[in-house]
Amino acid sequence: MKRFRRHGHESQRDKHKQDLYQFNKTVEHGFPHQPSALGFSPSLQLLAIGTRSGAIKLYGAPGVEFMGLHDENAAVTQVHFLPNQVELVTLLDDNSLHMWTLRAHNSMSELLEIGRFTLSGPPGAPPSVTRVTAVLAHSSGELLLLGTEGGHVFVVEVPGFRELEENNISVEDVQNRIPEDYVGRRNLECVETLHENPLNPRQVLIGYSRGLMVLWDLDRQRPIQHFLGTQQLESVWWMEDGENILSSHSDGSYCQWTVTGEDPQTEPEKQEMPYGSFPCKAISKVIQLPSKQGPPFLIFSGGMPRASYGDRHCISVIHSKTHEALDFTSRIIDFFVIREGVNHRGEPSALVVLVEEELIVVDLQTEGWPVIQTPYLVPLHCSAITCSHHVSSIPLKLWERVQAAGAQQNTHYSKKPWPINGGQNLAPDPPQRDLLLTGHEDGTVRFWDASGVCLYPMYKLSTAGVFLTDADPNDNMNQGSEGEWPPFRKVGCFDPYSDDPRLGIQKIHLCKYSGYLTVAGTAGQILVLELNDEAAEQTVEATVVDLLQGQEGFRWKGQARLDVREEPVLFPPGFQPFALVQCQPPAVVTAIALHSEWKLVAFGTSHGFGFYDYHQRNNILVKCTLNPSDQMALEGPLSRVKSIKKSLRQSFRRIRRSRVSMRKHHTNNAAKLQEINARLEAEALQEMELAPVQRKIEARSSDDSFTGLVRTLYFADTFVSDSSHSTPSLWAGTNGGAVFAYVLRVPSLERRAEDPVVAHAAKEIQLMHRAPVVGLVVLDGKGAPLPEPLEVAHDLARSPEMHGSHHLLVVSEEQFKLFTLPKVSSKSKLKLTAVDGSRVRRVGVAWFGSRTDEQLESSLVVLTNQGELHVISLPSIKMMVHYPCIRREDVSGIASCVFTKYGQGFYLISPSEFERFSLSTRWVVEPHCLVEAPLQMRPKNPSSPVHRDQPDGVPTEHRNFKRESEGYENSARQVMEHALLNDESEYTRISS
Amino acid sequence: MNKNHRVPSNRTLSAVEVKSKFGAEFRRFSLDRSKPGRFDEFYGLLQHVHRIPNVDLLVGYADVHGDLLPINNDDNYHKAISMAAPLLRLFLQRKEEADYSAFGTDTVTRKKTPAALAAVLLRPDANKKKPPIIISLPKDFRPVSSIIDVDILPETHRRVRLYKHGQEKPLGFYIRDGSSVRVTPQGLEKVPGIFISRMVPGGLADSTGLLAVNDEVLEVNGIEVSGKSLDQVTDMMIANSHNLIITVKPANQRNNVVRSSGGGSSGRSTDSNTSFYGYSTPGSMVMTPSHIIQNYEPDEESEEEEDLVIEADRGAKLFPQAGARATASTSMPALPRYEPHLDLRPSNGTMASSVSVGSLNACDRGLEGRNLEEEGTVITL
Repeated sequence: MKRFRRHGHESQRDKHKQDLYQFNKTVEHGFPHQPSALGFSPSLQLLAIGTRSGAIKLYGAPGVEFMGLHDENAAVTQVHFLPNQVELVTLLDDNSLHMWTLRAHNSMSELLEIGRFTLSGPPGAPPSVTRVTAVLAHSSGELLLLGTEGGHVFVVEVPGFRELEENNISVEDVQNRIPEDYVGRRNLECVETLHENPLNPRQVLIGYSRGLMVLWDLDRQRPIQHFLGTQQLESVWWMEDGENILSSHSDGSYCQWTVTGEDPQTEPEKQEMPYGSFPCKAISKVIQLPSKQGPPFLIFSGGMPRASYGDRHCISVIHSKTHEALDFTSRIIDFFVIREGVNHRGEPSALVVLVEEELIVVDLQTEGWPVIQTPYLVPLHCSAITCSHHVSSIPLKLWERVQAAGAQQNTHYSKKPWPINGGQNLAPDPPQRDLLLTGHEDGTVRFWDASGVCLYPMYKLSTAGVFLTDADPNDNMNQGSEGEWPPFRKVGCFDPYSDDPRLGIQKIHLCKYSGYLTVAGTAGQILVLELNDEAAEQTVEATVVDLLQGQEGFRWKGQARLDVREEPVLFPPGFQPFALVQCQPPAVVTAIALHSEWKLVAFGTSHGFGFYDYHQRNNILVKCTLNPSDQMALEGPLSRVKSIKKSLRQSFRRIRRSRVSMRKHHTNNAAKLQEINARLEAEALQEMELAPVQRKIEARSSDDSFTGLVRTLYFADTFVSDSSHSTPSLWAGTNGGAVFAYVLRVPSLERRAEDPVVAHAAKEIQLMHRAPVVGLVVLDGKGAPLPEPLEVAHDLARSPEMHGSHHLLVVSEEQFKLFTLPKVSSKSKLKLTAVDGSRVRRVGVAWFGSRTDEQLESSLVVLTNQGELHVISLPSIKMMVHYPCIRREDVSGIASCVFTKYGQGFYLISPSEFERFSLSTRWVVEPHCLVEAPLQMRPKNPSSPVHRDQPDGVPTEHRNFKRESEGYENSARQVMEHALLNDESEYTRISS
Repeated sequence: MNKNHRVPSNRTLSAVEVKSKFGAEFRRFSLDRSKPGRFDEFYGLLQHVHRIPNVDLLVGYADVHGDLLPINNDDNYHKAISMAAPLLRLFLQRKEEADYSAFGTDTVTRKKTPAALAAVLLRPDANKKKPPIIISLPKDFRPVSSIIDVDILPETHRRVRLYKHGQEKPLGFYIRDGSSVRVTPQGLEKVPGIFISRMVPGGLADSTGLLAVNDEVLEVNGIEVSGKSLDQVTDMMIANSHNLIITVKPANQRNNVVRSSGGGSSGRSTDSNTSFYGYSTPGSMVMTPSHIIQNYEPDEESEEEEDLVIEADRGAKLFPQAGARATASTSMPALPRYEPHLDLRPSNGTMASSVSVGSLNACDRGLEGRNLEEEGTVITL
């Protein structure tokens, strides 16, 4: 993970800054965007995923992960580990091959690219001659066989990438020996697959796209047997016994061939079309593995009847009498099976499937083949992420309760431990328990353990149950009705279709001390939830709050309010809603704040803000911030302007629904889809035309749209109207640069249930530059931000300094301004936009400390629309350091950024991946892991047939290395020596 | 401070240039310094050149100190002529509309502080009731858009201050990406640049005539735009919109200011008002004595408008419409609790009297005093 390490270019002289701040992108959480290749090393127990953007990611035991990026911006099409080594080879879209290794250094492994190679054909040959279509990493670990589009097989020595021209297998060599009438019709087309005889590594099976398979003797350089397949070949599987070969074909059939030595074999032993009679789609990969308990496992992908299920992404598993068609929600990239035993040749234990949007591991040894929960590579985007919220240093009690609630949700998962466990995680235990909460479009909030390198799912909260949605309960893809054929079983959790976009979560606030949670959504709903270890049936009381307070001429054209279930709802253990506020008009909630000590929730939309007393269950204050002439906000354009994404989603949902409920009508769908596509295209075109290549220069005015939109809300115990008595207060900042302050009277604890909470308007500040107010912070007498509610009560923060004057820090998109309190007058300010044209997008308060010093100091952490991170000192508001972090074009990445309290942060680098970064020298969470070469395993297993059957005494692995190493390039040799050394030390350590 | 100046090249010692202004109109003529004549002849001449024969006039002139002094008899007329060096500026008003309070020492040149301005803006009616502290109507002091820094910029560049303050007019222009050709040691090189792409008719930029379509934007408030994206430059301009200073390379290089070689006294500037250079002259601009308007200090905070703070009475109920008013610009006479908050520079004594602190209750008054001490400002209540 060193690749992204970027040190600041700050001047050396400022040691203080160096002690406190350093910028690192440390780890990527979630599921790689657009995976395109899968590889697995049984000996290393490492999984490799290549992506379309040229990244290669390796995963082993939880916490063991590596990442590399090819310099070429080309998709990774194949990943192959060299058997029993720490190297792997990747094939890219641009036909280049890359050699990667895991180099151990200071007991920490790094993924490094050590060589690259592009096949060079004879001069004048067309590019197809050298276009690689199939790769075989030979079990000797020294050879790479490359099958090409032209039908040739090139042999290359690795890791040095030396072409062994004399060993190449040309099309002519193969064609010579096959019957004229078979070959005469067409050429053999590309090499589709290369396979090694599991018993004799000197025999290789070459499968050509056209259907022909040739068993080739590497030593004698001649074919042994030809299998004259007549169907377009998709994949080949050489069975364990070395006697039988399975081939899968584009017509949805698979064939079994026997290695007899009689040449040629014209007919397969057996031909099957599993989902038969009607035309089927191709079986793209087939494998068969023996099992001690009865018949072998037959696993294949695809092969579905073209007309009725041609659009399903299925892998069929057949074992004994069990036959399941695992139905995935996205395209299958590849799959493999993990086998037990020292040599990984025992019972199949788990099926690992990489689909486009997630990784699914199916436990093949437990009845019902349940799914094993993945500790990493979790699809964050199973429903699109709409917001996120990070809570640092969770108290153990709350942690355990959330964990327990999550455990009860995960009963359908297999109890088996995670089967991929290569490498050692040497990272120190995370210093604290951190939670990342993500809000999703389908109304769920997911709780992630964000303490360490693995972003592990803890608990999922669904808010949809509170509301009546138009989701049809019968509209279920998973109707596993008896006797259905094929026997579908839906697996995986990726489901991008939200039944009602109004359920989308927009804001989350969790109080870690009290376990109160508030979430706010797209249709103006604010739920207050409480952690309960027991299931409970309760009615959620809704309070409708009119934020317009009788504004004239109002016409809301946006979405309707969500309907609330009036009957009691059974809520599972976990966070259970007990109060609901619904804003009227039901516009998107743009800001919330929770004060669990005062038991108040503040909320704001584009129309105004208010706050709700969740103890007495009544709304205390409503304040309309809307400019009456603001038609845009009045009518709710946010929902009126239909986004492409939304309309696309709705169209798909419509299609899906009609398909699921009335299959007879599917002929209609093509026409419908065409019509929708045409409309989308027109919409996109229109947007393109509207997109201005020029920018209007105009001062902000009070008549701008959405000036009343509430951007930030903040509770503070401070001196609002009187310098001798601090009082509870609520602060609100709007898009138009206005700040409103209210003094609150919260009754004492004894009278809390009876006496009303009262609010008085205390102050209004109109920033003259009118830029949106994105953050409000009150600094205490010592210039430190006020602690969170209950933090002091739990003895986890020192009490704020109430002597000396407090200050209000107003962060607008354009500048930072410090005001005195209670008399509001400007003390100092820092301009951002006027100086460099960037604007504040995200702001947070964070604590920084050096590695050695206990002392912490608070600073502002800011992300600008240019993607730069700034650290700004408090209370002096001076720029300390800045680092480029996100590309400025990556608007969604910038919008998704969330800061932790200790100088780390997360942002989405794709819909499914969070990048974690750290600005702090003291708190860095990054992978630290070691993978050791598996070489010592091999001499230990003399029974392994791999070595036995080598015909002419191939020297042992070690000698071989030494002999060949002279020819390698320098870097490669170093790696090998290092690997050996490493291995030997490990070996002595184990044996002593 | 006054960086640009211009010495009229055609001056003759014996003649006095007279620039007479009535309403929005100027007349220029000259008088023989040695033979000024009598006041009533002069008065008749003014009525004649302005073609207002039957209008009773109040004649005033700006003396060397910038004070506006009356001319109503032979003595002060001769004094005015003798003091004119070289230009005599006259300000004519209809007698029935005349604002006598405008005359006197310091009325014209007194440095306008933001607080005073804000006070005037905020409390227009209060000013009427208290004639002694009336300065003048705020619009008379409004700085106007102008070309600045002529003496320090290359002649091919033009630095334009668009003074938006208090105007309803939109800034009114658009910018775009483009490319310009630079001369480098390697030869001509095409570099990306930001250009003005469109002017909104009737907008501030358009009406000043100082900017034109295809002018290349080089700096915004003293900060170079090279290397910045269109959006960044847009945001910079909007962030500085209250006092936007753009340095451009005009597409049309024919109207460039040609500096005279003489140089002259560096401390003074002459009128660099747009009319001087033959640009279209909007009437609103000529109201102001020109020599107070060109103090270009890029980092001078005094140019900035202040944030408005409304302090509600303790225990008072919510103002029903307060929010809407607060966002609805500066004219809110009905709300007594507005006070400009003086955050920018130590204020001078003159502004205190105009700060509306009278409406604060005792408690706030106490606080006020305390805070004033902290801030070191001198405000007498």
